[in-house]
Amino acid sequence: MNSSVTSAPWRNRVERKLTIAKAINEAIAQEMRIDPRVFLMGEDIGAIGGIWGHTGGLLDEFGAERVRDTPISETAFIGAAVGAANLGLRPIVELMFVDFFGVCMDAIYNLAAKSSYHSNGRFKAPMVILTAIGGGYSDSTQHSQCLYATFAHLPGLKIVLPSNAYDAKGLLTAAMRDDNPVLFMFHKNLQGMGFLGTVKTAITDVPDDGYEVPIGVANIVRPGRDVTLVGLGATVHQAMEAAGRLSQQGVDAEVIDLRTIVPLDRNAIVRSVTKTGRMLVIDDDYRNCGLAGEIIATVAELGVPLRAPLRRLTYPDIPTPFARSMEQFALPNADRIVDEALNLVTGAAK
Amino acid sequence: MERLVPTATQRLWMYETMAKIRLYEARIAEAYMEGKRPLFNMAKGPLPGEMHLCDGQEPCAVGLSVHLGAEDYLSCHHRSHAQAIAKGVDLRRMTAEIFGRSAGLSGGRGGHMHLFDFDKLFWTSGIIGQNMAPAAGAALARKLNGEAGIAVACIGEGAVNQGAFHEVMNLAAVWKLPFLCIIEDNGWAVSVPKHASTAVPENHVRAAAYGMSGEYVAGNDPDRVFEAVGRAVARARAGEGPSLIEIQTTRLQGHFMGDTEGYLPPDERAAKAALDPLPRYRERLVSEGLLSADLEATIDTRIRRELDDAFEFALAAPEPEGAAALETLFA
Repeated sequence: MNSSVTSAPWRNRVERKLTIAKAINEAIAQEMRIDPRVFLMGEDIGAIGGIWGHTGGLLDEFGAERVRDTPISETAFIGAAVGAANLGLRPIVELMFVDFFGVCMDAIYNLAAKSSYHSNGRFKAPMVILTAIGGGYSDSTQHSQCLYATFAHLPGLKIVLPSNAYDAKGLLTAAMRDDNPVLFMFHKNLQGMGFLGTVKTAITDVPDDGYEVPIGVANIVRPGRDVTLVGLGATVHQAMEAAGRLSQQGVDAEVIDLRTIVPLDRNAIVRSVTKTGRMLVIDDDYRNCGLAGEIIATVAELGVPLRAPLRRLTYPDIPTPFARSMEQFALPNADRIVDEALNLVTGAAK
Repeated sequence: MERLVPTATQRLWMYETMAKIRLYEARIAEAYMEGKRPLFNMAKGPLPGEMHLCDGQEPCAVGLSVHLGAEDYLSCHHRSHAQAIAKGVDLRRMTAEIFGRSAGLSGGRGGHMHLFDFDKLFWTSGIIGQNMAPAAGAALARKLNGEAGIAVACIGEGAVNQGAFHEVMNLAAVWKLPFLCIIEDNGWAVSVPKHASTAVPENHVRAAAYGMSGEYVAGNDPDRVFEAVGRAVARARAGEGPSLIEIQTTRLQGHFMGDTEGYLPPDERAAKAALDPLPRYRERLVSEGLLSADLEATIDTRIRRELDDAFEFALAAPEPEGAAALETLFA
């Protein structure tokens, strides 16, 4: 990735490529070593090392008091994280699949997200909720959602989503050091788990040292003049693939990796569209009242001069079907991004 | 079972605190009804919104809090003025919060159902049963840090049918947390009686399902609450894990102010006043020679002075600026 953040300070070191899973693991281990307040709890994060391969070895190093396997009781342990955080600990809790949020939503949006506000800043909730998102591997309706907008709609949560291993380590480190509840979403297809059809461009160089990627700052991963492609997580990789193909057809696309959903880096989006005059938002979450619509509204209400209507390519408003043919029909992909972008640039957009 | 008997000082503290809670609620009720007559309108008057008074439930609060210190964490429900006062929450700032003033505990963001006093480790949630898990987490924090201090969650008997209750009881037991669940059994979940909502007559038997000690305290009596809670607190402090205690109590008025209690059976309505625990406790202390007319008058004067001060402070405080609503979303 052509990231200004990733290249500058570590130019002289030997490159070391990690998966997002390994980067998450390293961030947690390093923070637990330097901050005794940090502890981890969730389902199957101990001996098995996390079903997404990101907590291996932590139990051995830190013991069962700080790396706690929980019962399948999200209401209890995510709510418990709020109380522990209120008393000065810094829990990391895992909601194994984001789809499970329904069984513990009060703990997330009434307890964690409102802790600071309704106590006038006295009860802080410095906690991280790790959660896996995304489909594409036929896990069907209850294990494939993204739900960005569901959480972003509720004030008081910060929401981050890395698209690569460098950002995963830096964003997670920033999240663990933040005094607020942070929802850290990781896309299963980017995690580096072989059996999930890993996207190889998510495996990037990751420095050994601890570092933060600031929450709330988007990344221009590819500069361009003709059209702005806005993505996050997995759709960044689709947008990059599309941008490569577009350039062969003479279209110079700029690609923005949002990295953070709340707070949203609206300035970066507006700056880019001011330059290109065209925008396509790619969002693998549901369309209705969604993140893509919010981004389009942000640009629209500022009256930025445009060369084409603002467009979005999203997951449609249906649950995720099981059959490959139906699921792939519904998901965004590089082909569709190319088509939409060409339409925008050539004026063929309806 | 070991007998635990409150000292004379503890009993007088429980009496005085019950009396203070009762007078506090009377003043809140008076302020609440201002401007709401002749037609009841929840949005009118100096004290808008819902109001849940706790008259009759004072024994739970005092019999619990007499055992708690500053290091102990207490999370409560929507009917929690009694626990707040018993835990020592700043009465001036609590009153200001209830009136929505800038000097309130949360600068007017929370109101009566969301009272947060970090200095006293006291807070409430307006969502039934959902204050359970953070208390378990607070107990976990104490355990992980090797610190003194336990955590207590107070819920109503209607809340035991929430999933959070079952999950947290199991988690607290399996992790052997210094945690205590207090159920205030006033018999009514808004308008639904306990027998229609809960499959067992007494929730203490549910403790067996979580491998912990459970106890039912009959009689709405502060001395009995003191005893049961005292044993459970001692177990928690000794690292012997959590306990469940259900306390029989009485909601002397409706679920919320404005609730006419049309759902109450007539005999239950008629019997209510006789169940008031405050005169009963007062008479007992008098008959045992602990409370004299002089002492009662002294206590009454002291309470009225403190309440005058709290209400004057609250009502003198300005309402917050509208734009202050934008602050403290993030820490």
